[in-house]
Amino acid sequence: MACFVVPAVEAVAVTIAAAVMKKKHKKQTETANNAERSTEKESATPFYKKLGWLASLLWGGVILLAFEHLWHGEIVPWFPFLTAMSDPTAIREMLIEMATVGVTMSVVVTAAWAVVVAIGNRIAKRVATGANNK
Amino acid sequence: MTLVIALICAVISTLIWYFNPDRKKLKLSVLCFEFWGASLMWLVDAVFEFAELKEEFFTQSADAVVNDALLGLCVAVLGVVVYLIVLLISDPNGVVKQLFSKKDNE
Repeated sequence: MACFVVPAVEAVAVTIAAAVMKKKHKKQTETANNAERSTEKESATPFYKKLGWLASLLWGGVILLAFEHLWHGEIVPWFPFLTAMSDPTAIREMLIEMATVGVTMSVVVTAAWAVVVAIGNRIAKRVATGANNK
Repeated sequence: MTLVIALICAVISTLIWYFNPDRKKLKLSVLCFEFWGASLMWLVDAVFEFAELKEEFFTQSADAVVNDALLGLCVAVLGVVVYLIVLLISDPNGVVKQLFSKKDNE
């Protein structure tokens, strides 16, 4: 019905957070005159980039799921956009679906992203320790 | 069926991303993220549907399967179109810029 709304809200929040972190990161690297510090930071993938991956995952899913809902007539291009909004019983059903399916979608996508980031961090650490040992 | 088609697209786009040395320039990660994100979301949807329908989940009518397959194909096309829009906006080879630049028009 409108399960994709929950990941959409998360996508907006993550996109804003990534943009703010990117700005902060750029300011920090500009002000850091220490060459060692700047090269150290550049070698690892900054967190705002990793957040960008999550935002891309969420936006991609949201766009394609929104199309699916459009296909099934669950969303319309005019106000109030969700067809369930016209019926009070359907609104209750929609909210339950958002709370169950929608929240689970967000949690699963975020968990998958977290696993990938954790594996990436481990690989980066191994590469760094391997380079130090040589 | 939509989930299966989205998963196939995700796997193909990941393979293209992995073997293409120009992956960064061509923004191939956009395509991967798009299909993997949608696949994960549809997987959750399928699990909830299975919990509700049980055995009926696997014995859907041919019409429903065909409709789902058609939707999956449309989703795949939409995914590629979204990727193309992102690619043309980022314009890594400057083709769009060149197309609309004054020099080219003259």
